[in-house]
Amino acid sequence: MNTEQPLVHMEGITKRFAGVTANFGINFEVRRGEVHALLGENGAGKSTLMNILYGLYRPDGGKIFISGKEISFSSPGDARKAGIGMVHQHFMLIRSQTVWENMILGLDGLPLVLPRREIKERILGISEQYGLQVDPDAYIWQLSIGEQQRVAILQMLFRQANILILDEPTAVLTPQECEHLFETVRQMTAEGHGIVFISHKLDEVMGLSSRVTILRRGKLAGTLDTSSTTKERLAELMVGKKMVFSIDKKELARGRPVLECSSLHALGDRGFPAVSGASISVHEHEILGIAGVAGNGQQELCEAMVGLRKAESGSVRVKGEDMTNRAPKDFIDRGVHYIPADRKGTGLVPNMKVSENSILKRYWKRPVSKGFFIKWSEVAAFAIKLVSQFSVSTPSVETPVRNLSGGNLQKLMLGRELSDDPAVVLAVHPTWGLDVAATCFVREQLLSHRERGGAVLLVSEDLDELISMSDRLAVMCKGEIMGVLERPADVPVESIGLMMAGTVIRDEAFGREGSQE
Amino acid sequence: MEIIIPILTAAVRSGTPILYATLGEIITEKAGILNLGLEGIMLVGAYTGFSVAYSSGSAWLGVGAAFLVGTLMGLIHAFICVTLKGNQVVSGLAITMFGTGASSLLGREFVGFTIPGLSRIPLPVLSDIPVIGPVFFNHDALIYSSYILVLFFCWFFTSTRPGLNLRAVGDNPRAADAMGISVTGTRYFYTLLGAGIVAVGGAYMSLAYTKMWGELMTAGRGWIAVALVIFAIWNPARAAFGAYLFGGVEAFQLRLQTAGTTIPTPVLMMLPYLMTIGVLLFISIKKGKGILFGAPASLGAPFFREERD
Amino acid sequence: MKLTIEPRLSSSWRLAVFIPVFSLAAALFSGGVFLYFMGVSPFQAYRAILTASLGDAYGLSETVVKAIPLTMTGIAVMLSFTMLIWNIGAEGQIFVGAIAATAVVRFFYTDSRPVMLIMMFLAAGAAGGIWAAIAGFMRAKWSVNEIITTLMLNYIAMNLLNYFVFGPWRDPSSLGFPMTPPFPDTARLPVFWGTRIHGGLILAIILPLLFWFVLKFTRWGYEIRVMGENPRAAGFAGMNYLRNVVLVMFISGAIAGIAGMCELSGLQGRLQHGFSGGYGFTAIIVAWLARLHPFAIVLVSFLMGILLVGGETLQIVMRLPLSSIMVLQGMILFFVLGGEFFRKYRIRSVKDDDAVPLQAAPSGEEK
Repeated sequence: MNTEQPLVHMEGITKRFAGVTANFGINFEVRRGEVHALLGENGAGKSTLMNILYGLYRPDGGKIFISGKEISFSSPGDARKAGIGMVHQHFMLIRSQTVWENMILGLDGLPLVLPRREIKERILGISEQYGLQVDPDAYIWQLSIGEQQRVAILQMLFRQANILILDEPTAVLTPQECEHLFETVRQMTAEGHGIVFISHKLDEVMGLSSRVTILRRGKLAGTLDTSSTTKERLAELMVGKKMVFSIDKKELARGRPVLECSSLHALGDRGFPAVSGASISVHEHEILGIAGVAGNGQQELCEAMVGLRKAESGSVRVKGEDMTNRAPKDFIDRGVHYIPADRKGTGLVPNMKVSENSILKRYWKRPVSKGFFIKWSEVAAFAIKLVSQFSVSTPSVETPVRNLSGGNLQKLMLGRELSDDPAVVLAVHPTWGLDVAATCFVREQLLSHRERGGAVLLVSEDLDELISMSDRLAVMCKGEIMGVLERPADVPVESIGLMMAGTVIRDEAFGREGSQE
Repeated sequence: MEIIIPILTAAVRSGTPILYATLGEIITEKAGILNLGLEGIMLVGAYTGFSVAYSSGSAWLGVGAAFLVGTLMGLIHAFICVTLKGNQVVSGLAITMFGTGASSLLGREFVGFTIPGLSRIPLPVLSDIPVIGPVFFNHDALIYSSYILVLFFCWFFTSTRPGLNLRAVGDNPRAADAMGISVTGTRYFYTLLGAGIVAVGGAYMSLAYTKMWGELMTAGRGWIAVALVIFAIWNPARAAFGAYLFGGVEAFQLRLQTAGTTIPTPVLMMLPYLMTIGVLLFISIKKGKGILFGAPASLGAPFFREERD
Repeated sequence: MKLTIEPRLSSSWRLAVFIPVFSLAAALFSGGVFLYFMGVSPFQAYRAILTASLGDAYGLSETVVKAIPLTMTGIAVMLSFTMLIWNIGAEGQIFVGAIAATAVVRFFYTDSRPVMLIMMFLAAGAAGGIWAAIAGFMRAKWSVNEIITTLMLNYIAMNLLNYFVFGPWRDPSSLGFPMTPPFPDTARLPVFWGTRIHGGLILAIILPLLFWFVLKFTRWGYEIRVMGENPRAAGFAGMNYLRNVVLVMFISGAIAGIAGMCELSGLQGRLQHGFSGGYGFTAIIVAWLARLHPFAIVLVSFLMGILLVGGETLQIVMRLPLSSIMVLQGMILFFVLGGEFFRKYRIRSVKDDDAVPLQAAPSGEEK
């Protein structure tokens, strides 16, 4: 191999999706033994660029060189043969198969009948070399998210990838697990691998990478040596203008409790316990944040608190009234509104019109409904008001919701849930995947709801968001509440990380009045 | 014993067409494609097998032809479901209608004819074992090959590379694609192969079971096979068990009819269908309690690489 | 040059009309080719079909006679398909409806025609409804696959019918034919214009109007559309999925059962073996081809009526089995399914060097 040639060289890459240019004339390269960070906001085109390199998408223009040779991938199989491996944000693993079975997926060159023992030995060999411990016989569905990520990385090493793309690998990890991942990455670069590290977290990029390429709205904003730049400079390139995100949060006295649960137990979709004895309460004039690594029962907790999931034991109360296992409609009627993470799958009906979606939570109420009938003129009027009030950009209220962008979907949903001043809103990942402007909009709306006397329960994977937005912060791990922190901004992040990993810390440990409900 | 053994033997014989159909559907569903056209494919297989065997005088040529025509039906289904990403339920119904109509239309010239069909070959040694011998090893070669097929698929799904890839495509096509497995190719291949095996099940009806052709002769066995796939939780060995169970009910019912029972024939003929509902109900209630795994997760959903969700 | 596939962001009503019409034409053409290879002259066959069904007033009236049960059953399955519940069992529901109506005639005979007809109507509706609701309940409560249960219930209903017409209800004077004695006049629906067109026509006109209105303008109609499009969103909005699955199946089965009663009371005048010529299955094509629109169902039912009348003619004139018409029906479905693809996606040819394609991205942001 010619060592002077970069491992990967991409030139003038362009990719359009219907109506959107995801990549426009982007140049990018990776050298041997370097961590090249790919930085940009959600929607800047990072994943698209890497999916092109990995052969999943075909570019509409531009060239790709691997070790100096121009190539054209028509499938991920081609990319794999060129030594490119990618660990996706949603791991490409088969949940119903074991670790060793996943290792050899799609590999050719193996005998027809699988030599299990040799395969397992090789897995153990590689896992020892890089400090990635796994049990080859475990099923994927039995593994935690962190373990699954190890399997996904191993999977790429197993197929001798020397260019490894990690797509936002830290989003699903506790701070401690992140450290472990960084160790592995350093080990890999030491062995001569080239790593692409996709992120939007500046600290990680500064700490880990040797070079960084910034994308902004599908275009190249610059490629810099990490050692000769600063966080502020990167932030500026990423967002396009000097923009410091500040939250204008008024000090408000906490009001009466609106939504409470105590010793709540609930099962997950697969029938295993997902929430184990959680007790929390959300009050008027308050945002209660819930932190935790994805999949530790946050969503199930929210669903159980709005009647969408059965409480196996424990109780749910709304303004003091026992509502355990009541119908979802009873919760809606008492002003308990829910913004699910899965916008198109749960929150909206993609094939129906904006107007039809806008009345999903009020189609039985006047004036949109009268007796058995729906008054479509009233529906249209309501939808038009909602769209303008929450600045949803849509051609008309007759447009099917599936044609709206993520930010507009979220605004529509937010508008629908907040429009009649509910007592409490449970928002799960409300800013996930949104650009800065839409993110600000959503946060402002939630804060103004709090000011008007509403209660907010906020679930997020973005710890910064949680710390700056929340009045109190509950930390969840394996379905349990590890503790509820007052004034989370004053608590060291490392402690929150420990709690996310399963350490119970009482608030007194921080020398303040504790509140563990 | 004298009464039981003939019933068990008949159970294996009448269960075999359902077994072939169930096995064919299992491998198709493992790839994530739901094929509800079994009834039509079986009928076409039964017709093709019979007409080719009648014209050529070779029952085995009939089996081969049925397999080939079955794969053609599978090709139609695969084209609609994989390439055109059409609705798999409706496509399956269309296959059934088309197959029913085409077999009746073509078969009109063959109604009333009989053929010698597949001959019985008692397996040496094995057929002398008491009970098991006459029940399992005193049949025609198509029954023996169904045993081999069951064992083969059990091994194939768990221990071979293509078997692993097949399961991956059915469970998570996005991941399989990202790992370089061709989702389209896999789905086409197993839809065709599965339909071919289903058609052999149909051919068994006309070549060995009745040794004649009759309009609508499969009488819902294709649909029973669809239900059996769920009962078998996509496991070939359980499929064999289920198919013989149904064969047993049918054999028992026929025996009661010939024995001159007072129970009216139509009531007896309801039994297999009632049992299908019963079995499905049982398995679904069990699944509701979280005991059951094994369904291919992507069953029925088309795959489009550049569609993001 | 390469071809790329991309989803259409919007679909025009022109396509919605053009594609089914084109699919139908393509299916008839390929069906003709198929018939030709089967040794049947397609021209002769199609001419026979058209003259028999549209050639004179009698033919036209016979086509309407077929379109009546098809429209009713088409509305029945449309309702369940709208909710994404696959009621494939309309045929069985027709049978049990007819059996129940016959039972009323046998056991609750009165001299008053309105009373008689209303009782038959209610009994048929209840029987068909309950028959379908069994599958609906199992589906809602334990996720039992309703495709299989409704199909199995078809076979059971067919055997139930056989039990009665071969057994206790057989007309002793029928010379061994499996049929009941003819209904008395008070159990017969009126017929119109000296043809065989019967009172069921009124229902075939009212039902599409009624369900068009219900689906479009009522709360319940909105609910079942939401539940059909996205059951999760429906649960999230507080709708009761279980109750509505059972209810929709009940109504769907009731309409099919009443269609069975009309067929007996208006047309055949007695219960007999195999009296429904597969209306329950043809209704599935009707509903699908009509894209679940109540008015289009009326139109498509008429087209299918032509095919069915033609099929009977083929049976008599050209000695083809009745089920050979299913070849054409299957073909029509294939082409409609193929047509769906062109409604949802468009194919564009793109030159490699010229980067203008638009490709798939339903939403404008990256996840």
